[in-house]
This record gives sequence, structure tokens and C-alpha cells, in this order.
Amino acid sequence: MNAPDTNVAQRVIGDILALHAHDGLLGQDLLLPVLHAIQDRLGFIPPDAVEGLAQSFNLSRAEVHGVITFYHYYKTTPPARCTVQVCRAEACQSMGGDALLSHVQQTLGCDLHAHTADGGFAVEPVYCLGQCATAPAIMIIDAVHARVTPQRFDKLVAKLVNNTEETV
Amino acid sequence: MSVRIHVPADSAALALGADDVAAAIAREAERRGIAIDLVRNGTRGLLYLEPLVEVDTPEGRIGFGTVDESDVAALFDAGLHQGESTHHLALGPVEQIPYLAKQTRLTFARCGITDPLSLRDYEAHGGYRGLRQAVTMTGADIVAAVTASGLRGRGGAAFPTGIKWNTVLRAPSEQKYIVCNADEGDSGTFADRIIMESDPFVLIEGMTIAGLAVGATRGYIYVRSEYPHAIAALNHAIQTATRAGLLGPDVAGRGRAFELEVRKGAGAYICGEETALLESIEGKRGVVRAKPPLPALAGLFGQPTVINNVLSLASVPVILDKGAQFYQDFGMGRSRGTLPVQLAGNIKNGGLIELAFGVTLREILYDYGGGSASGRPIKAVQVGGPLGAYLPESQWDTPLDYEAFAALWAVLGHGGIVVHDDSADMAHLARYAMEFCAVESCGKCTPCRIGSTRGVEVIDKIRAGTERPQQVILLRSLCDTMLNGSLCAMGGMTPYPVLSALNHFPQDFGQVAGDELAA
Repeated sequence: MNAPDTNVAQRVIGDILALHAHDGLLGQDLLLPVLHAIQDRLGFIPPDAVEGLAQSFNLSRAEVHGVITFYHYYKTTPPARCTVQVCRAEACQSMGGDALLSHVQQTLGCDLHAHTADGGFAVEPVYCLGQCATAPAIMIIDAVHARVTPQRFDKLVAKLVNNTEETV
Repeated sequence: MSVRIHVPADSAALALGADDVAAAIAREAERRGIAIDLVRNGTRGLLYLEPLVEVDTPEGRIGFGTVDESDVAALFDAGLHQGESTHHLALGPVEQIPYLAKQTRLTFARCGITDPLSLRDYEAHGGYRGLRQAVTMTGADIVAAVTASGLRGRGGAAFPTGIKWNTVLRAPSEQKYIVCNADEGDSGTFADRIIMESDPFVLIEGMTIAGLAVGATRGYIYVRSEYPHAIAALNHAIQTATRAGLLGPDVAGRGRAFELEVRKGAGAYICGEETALLESIEGKRGVVRAKPPLPALAGLFGQPTVINNVLSLASVPVILDKGAQFYQDFGMGRSRGTLPVQLAGNIKNGGLIELAFGVTLREILYDYGGGSASGRPIKAVQVGGPLGAYLPESQWDTPLDYEAFAALWAVLGHGGIVVHDDSADMAHLARYAMEFCAVESCGKCTPCRIGSTRGVEVIDKIRAGTERPQQVILLRSLCDTMLNGSLCAMGGMTPYPVLSALNHFPQDFGQVAGDELAA
């Protein structure tokens, strides 16, 4: 995903703020819902949005920045087109999660917390997808897959690449 | 007449291709001109059999599992739609599968049976009977019933739920809150997710009863972002309950208000700690608060707040419906009622096993679990999540009871069990426990924030054999500081997996007898 035009991003964020405000006011408890809405629409939270958010919520820039950076879920850079999250927690480790992670990194040519050179794939760790009885689990974009073997991962990626080529 | 076929839409089934199976069944039925009524039910919790397809017959529901989309045509050839049990995936009547038949389903009574989003289905299976009872009672009487049931917090801390509620009931305030902790971040746990996806109304009903009990008019369910299906199911069910007058300004036509809202977390494990969770709902960094004040007196937005785990709240309807004594009659010692055991990791038959307290770990691992998935000997089991101790085989005859586990310097917690076979390196897992604490610490207290990082370094030295005896002493001293000096369970319990691994599996740390004495 490419970074959206700044004006587009500003308009999107303005709409989200208006939608969440009650009588023109935004309580701090709506900060997380607003950040979620921004990331849902733009794929990440643009750092230059912090000042406007701080003003709208009557908070300091440090407070808004502090919240965004505290939570692993929020991204401040444009995401890859396809993020593969590999569960690193104990139940998945007990079923070959470490080997699966190595396979994913090798297949995609991508380190943990990194993007492939073309921006197509990113590999991220995740700590539990709630599929511990059918481990190991991964999430590709927004779909969870359980009992993932290296072979099954290859099939899932092949399917994904085919689908992408069809839509292009 | 059309045949009713159930294919679960629980995320465990979806992660194993249930949508493809459902589509294949619809296609195959149409191709053969068979009229079917396809229901997307929740999961029965027999996760090792997912996707588990069920067909209604006069003899009850017949199961087929594990079904792949490529099996569907052959299943129809073998008469799936007539409930024929000749195919090799046929399991016979689902309710007679021993794994399920031997369970005591109280909290999870409806899971997998009903359509999770159908209020009519919920009510037809005993739903909202607890609330209808509660609206005829005073708040104090509801609290008394929950106290008498012996229900203790199912999130892990096992604090008596009724006592917590009583504190909130007696706290004078214009505004009180009910908060549900659905930030189920522990590896090896999925029971909260199953309730939210497979029977969301039971949680809504439990929270509504809690609101009536303590005089709270507003509730929040804080769900982790990794659970999109649970969030969708809850939002849908809240809308339905509101339209039916079971939530809103006039609950069940009795003139009392209770509004409910879902809040989505953002990938911070520490927000499963109750005060960090409250901070997060308030729009702040999920940093742990010092206690006192207790959330029951000064919780969300500084107001008296009941904060309970999903399963504690979801157990309330059955207690109000069938009576405190009914619930209290299950269990052992001070552990009353049922515990939803979550069996996971390297285990052949993983899933949800709701049982009265008192069954032993060994029975769970072998009678239900069928041994390891790999076929290798089981080496260690971690009970109670990433902050729980590793138990070696010598401790597997311990009954599932809060006090029996505490006596072993272990925690029963929420009943999540993660199994490791003999290929597990316990020193590696101990290092992981420290590393996880370092990644997820909120940073407020030093023992947790710094201690976890030092812990990783010390374990690395032990594994590398650098001044091993001295480093082991250092690790024990560090764990002592974390145990006694941390603000919450994150830093305070990380030593449980670390020290239990070290004590029970010293050989994995390269230790030989007498090492520590020699230092």
C-alpha cells in the first residue's frame, strides 16, 4: 500500500473525527476508537496527523504520540500489501512454530518486522491468535489459518499470488 | 422436507477451512437436488474435530469430522444428508462422543448447538431465564446468590465474584460501570473467544444481571484486536438484544437501564491486567495503576466498577436460573462449579473441556487429550498461561483445584493447558518467558521493565555455559526481586515459568547436581 495523498488523509481523518464527536466534543476515551478508524481506512496512522488529533482531543502531542506508540497494533508507516503474522506463543512453539517462522521468512525472503523489497510482504510476530488447540497458527492479511505446515503455507501463498494476479 | 446441516462459523473452524466446506456442501446439495437448510452454528469445543459438520436426524445430530472441502462429494455419496454413518469421517451422534458426553456443560451449555446470533435460538435453549429471575430480585439478593454459588474469578486470579460485586453495590455513586475483560491474550486460552463467538448472548445476559445487581447502567466489553470475529458477533448480538428491549433504557420492561458497548484493544498483552485495561478504555497508554484504590471503589473514569473476565460473567445466568446451590454442588474444596479447561499445544485431541473442579491433570492429558500430537512422550505442561508454572510428570496427579495448584507453587489460573513433548527445550522456554515479559511490560515498575531484559541476558549466559553456577544464583535472585517487587502479575509471575523450568528440568540448563553449591 502506498502512502495516501496528504490532503486525502486529512479529509479522511476529519470525517472520522466528526463522526465520533458528540456535540462537537471528543472525550479522551474515544482516542483508541478514532485511531482504529484511521488505521482501518488508511492502513496506518500518519505521524503528521498527531498534531491535529491532539488539538481535537485537547491533549498534548506527547500524549497522543504516547498512546500510538504504546500499542503494538498501531502502525505509523504504510503497511505491506500482505502482512503475514506468525504466532510466537507457547502453544504454537510446541507444534513447530519456530520452524514454521523460519520457513515463512525464507519463502518470502523477508525478516521479522521487515518488508520485502517490493513492499509486497511483511512478516510480523503475533502473540496468540486463540487457535492454541490447532496450532501452529498464522494470519495472512485478515484471515487466520490453523494447523499450518510449511506445505500448507506454500499453498496459501500460491493461492494469494494467483488471486492478486487475476485482479491485476 | 429439507435437511438441516450445521457447519460451524467459529474462528477455529474458519481457520481450518469451514467456509470452503460450507460452500462445497451448498454446491453439492444443489447439484444433487437435495434441499438443505445450512446453519452456521458455533463450535462444540471439540476443536480437534473441526471443521465438524453435523446433520439433524430423528436420532439426534450426527457428526462428521475433520471435514475438508474435498471430502464433501464422497460424504454425500455415503448418505451424509440422510445421517448415514458409513463414511470413515462419520462420528455417530455428536452428544455421545465421549470427549463431550463426559463433560459438565453449564457455562458452555449452548455452544455449538445454537445459531450464535439467533436470540430465538438462545431463548429456546434456556437463555434469558437468569435475567428474568434477576429482575424480580433486589440487587443485594442477586449479589448474595452469586456469593453463595462460590463463583470465583475465572480470569485467573480466582477472587470471589460475589465479594467484588458487594463492594461495588455498597459504594455510593451516581454512575457505576460493568467492565468485561475480554483481552484473552494468554497462549493456551480460547474459552473467552468461544463464548463470544459461539454464545454471545450469555455474556450480554451476565453483564446485564451484574448491572442490575450493583446498580450500574453502563457496560463495556474490552476485546482484543486479534479477535475480529468475536467483536462482530458481540456487536450483532448487542444490536439484537437492544431491539428486543433486553438492553437499553428499560431492560425487560422493568424500568432499569443498561447499555453495552464493545471496545477494541490494540495488541497490548498488559491490557489484560484489569487496571491497565481501564486506562486503555479511558484512551490512555495501558499502564498499570497502583492499588489501592480498588477498581471496585474507583475504577473506570474514577467510578465504582465491576471488572470481571468473560467466563465469570457468562457463568452468572445459569447461577440465577438454576440457583446458587445448583452451581455450588459442583467442584471440590473452595473451588466450586465448573472450570472450562482449555487443552492446547502438542496434544492429539485439543479443545474445550468444561468439568467440575477436581479432575486430575493426567486424566485431562490422556483420557481426553489422548497424549501428545507428535506421539512422543509429554515432557512438561504449562498451566494458567504464559505466567503459569511448568509441571513435570511427577505433578500430573494434582486435581484441578485452585488451592492444590497453589500448594505446588503453580497456578490453575483460567485453566489453559499447553502441552510440550520431549523435544521441548525448557531453558529456551524460560528465556521466552522473560523475553515476552520484556516485550509486553508496561514499563511502570522497574523489576518488570528492567528485570525481564536482564533475565533474558542471564539465561543466555546460562545456556552458553558462561559462569553458569553464578548466573543461576543471579537468576534466582532476579526472580525473587520480580516476584516481590513488581506492581502486577506481569513481572510478579514471570518467575513462575522460569523457576519451575529451572527447578524441574535443570538438565536443560546444562546443570548437574551440586552446581549451585559449587558456585
